[in-house]
Amino acid sequence: MSKPVLEIRNLNVEYGLGDQAVRAVRDVNLTLHRGEVLGLAGESGSGKSTLAYGMTRLLPPPGVITGGQVLYHPEQGEAYDVLGLSDRDLRAFRWAETAIVFQGAMNSLNPVHKISTQLTDVLRAHRPEMSEAACNDRAREMLKLVGIAADRMDAYPHQLSGGMRQRVMIGMALILQPQVVIMDEPTTALDVVMQRQILSQLIELRERLGFSVVFITHDLSLLVEFSNRIAIMYGGRIVEEAPAAAIYRDSLHPYSKGLLGSFPALRGPRRELTGIPGSPPDLKGMPSGCSFHPRCPKAFDPCSGNIPVLGRPDTPDGPTRSVACWLHPTEQPVG
Amino acid sequence: MKYLLQRIAFYLFTAWAAITLNFFIPRMVPGDPVQALITKYQGQLSSQAIDSLYVLFGLDKDKSVWEEYVDYWSQLLHGDLGLSFTFFPTPVSEIISTSLPWTLLLVGITTIISFFLGTGLGVLAGWRRGSWADGLLPVTTFLSSVPYFWLGIIAIYLLTGPDSFFPSSGGFDNGLVPAWDQYFIPNALKHSLLPALTILISSVSGWILSMRNMMVTVASEDYITVAHAKGLSDRRVAMSYAARNALLPNVSGFALSLGFIVGGTLLVEIVFSYPGIGFQLFQALGAQDYPLMQGVFLIITISVLVANLIADVAYLLLDPRTRKEG
Repeated sequence: MSKPVLEIRNLNVEYGLGDQAVRAVRDVNLTLHRGEVLGLAGESGSGKSTLAYGMTRLLPPPGVITGGQVLYHPEQGEAYDVLGLSDRDLRAFRWAETAIVFQGAMNSLNPVHKISTQLTDVLRAHRPEMSEAACNDRAREMLKLVGIAADRMDAYPHQLSGGMRQRVMIGMALILQPQVVIMDEPTTALDVVMQRQILSQLIELRERLGFSVVFITHDLSLLVEFSNRIAIMYGGRIVEEAPAAAIYRDSLHPYSKGLLGSFPALRGPRRELTGIPGSPPDLKGMPSGCSFHPRCPKAFDPCSGNIPVLGRPDTPDGPTRSVACWLHPTEQPVG
Repeated sequence: MKYLLQRIAFYLFTAWAAITLNFFIPRMVPGDPVQALITKYQGQLSSQAIDSLYVLFGLDKDKSVWEEYVDYWSQLLHGDLGLSFTFFPTPVSEIISTSLPWTLLLVGITTIISFFLGTGLGVLAGWRRGSWADGLLPVTTFLSSVPYFWLGIIAIYLLTGPDSFFPSSGGFDNGLVPAWDQYFIPNALKHSLLPALTILISSVSGWILSMRNMMVTVASEDYITVAHAKGLSDRRVAMSYAARNALLPNVSGFALSLGFIVGGTLLVEIVFSYPGIGFQLFQALGAQDYPLMQGVFLIITISVLVANLIADVAYLLLDPRTRKEG
């Protein structure tokens, strides 16, 4: 497997302080390798967006990172912990190394500034030596890359459709050629046709430019198609992580199975859509043991007692995947 | 552009309606100015003089209301607002033109300072929540709930007196003649300090509060997070993204408050006996001086309309979403 570019180690994120704190992300270990698309799936409130905000230090108050490391491996040089960067270094790190495409395509652009201003102010902040003309050329180039006519440079966000705005955001994310692009439900607000167009375009760009993608969504069917590896989150923890095909064909965790059973397959034998009974756990009062056990159809004795550890299962493809479930006793913990 | 023309047409219509009302309302109130003058001169007027007074005040009995209305307009367009009773026979336009600069300078400058100071502090308080600027808020909220004329009375009570630096009333010392010279200007400035401070203290908190709240609202918008994620400097995010957008409601508020410069601080001028237009209106009310009242109302109406127009134009310039295509 290729080298890691971003390693999340034991990351914990809480909202609020003291006894009232809600632990939204718990002991998450996740590695993003160079050039891969890592999918992050889970229900609403499972902590996937919080994880993305946490690893880029963009948590809105009262979010606090209470522990862990986010190691970034630049193309050259030593790996460093993003969480330990000074404000100045963090600003230089942002967008240049890790860019983000956010959930709300509609609200990610400032309504009172032209597209060109919002594209070039990244360049002005990170590449102060670039001339005005060079900045504009680069911005135009990025728009062309995502399939928007260069004469839209002087348009205001409200003059663009939702799909175009999200393309502008993708173009903006790639303008400094970052190593990592985090996409937080980038297509949720768009219709399915636009969703597919934008994602195919993104995958094509990724092959050309070679960045890595963390793709966050609640739509597991999208991930199965577009990502190399998938991590499933539940109640702030990663419960299963495996190559996309492995998750799709034989997921080990009952929760992953439940998610996969919630959408129909296009090909293959007809099967009943099952869904997952119950509702996502309350992060303030998590069930004991495995947080999924009250909803789990296969729950048995140990599930309510102890939290299962994310580790390699004893299946033939065990070394390439990990799971946190008492049904699959793990040999060695990961991370 | 079309939008702007529509707005201008709308304001012209409003101005016409206001001026027409201004024409009719005094004619509907009981009593007429000539009767008031007759009382004032205690019957020492001949019947000829009384008739010519009626004509002078545009109340010619031989004319229909329509003819009077047309006359009113033609006089208005010539800048003729009639004659004042209290300062008979001084034209109203002359009284207004001498008192308007006092109000414009005092309240105008104070409003502008108040807006910029308040907005600046509001940006600071909203962007750095919990800092010292945010701690100012309860104090300013308290001050804004105090009526400014009361604040003025307190200021006069506490700060003025025979030996005090601050004069308690008027726009300048009695012995001086208004002129742009080294005696008059400092004296006028000294007289305007207390009223200006009173207005400033009571109005600045409104700007702080509204700007601070808009900043807090805008700060949670997605594009602010994006701006942070882009690695822009904190200053740039605060100014070009947060404050730029939070400013919009405040700017229209500012333009509207410009309209109230002329009529809005009547009470401060009364409390300080400041020779501005509000004080003039107060005196006109006491003396039943209809032409002067009409004139002052007209000025107030026009300034509110002009301020509204300025607000529209400012919004067009600042918010691209209000600009229509084509």
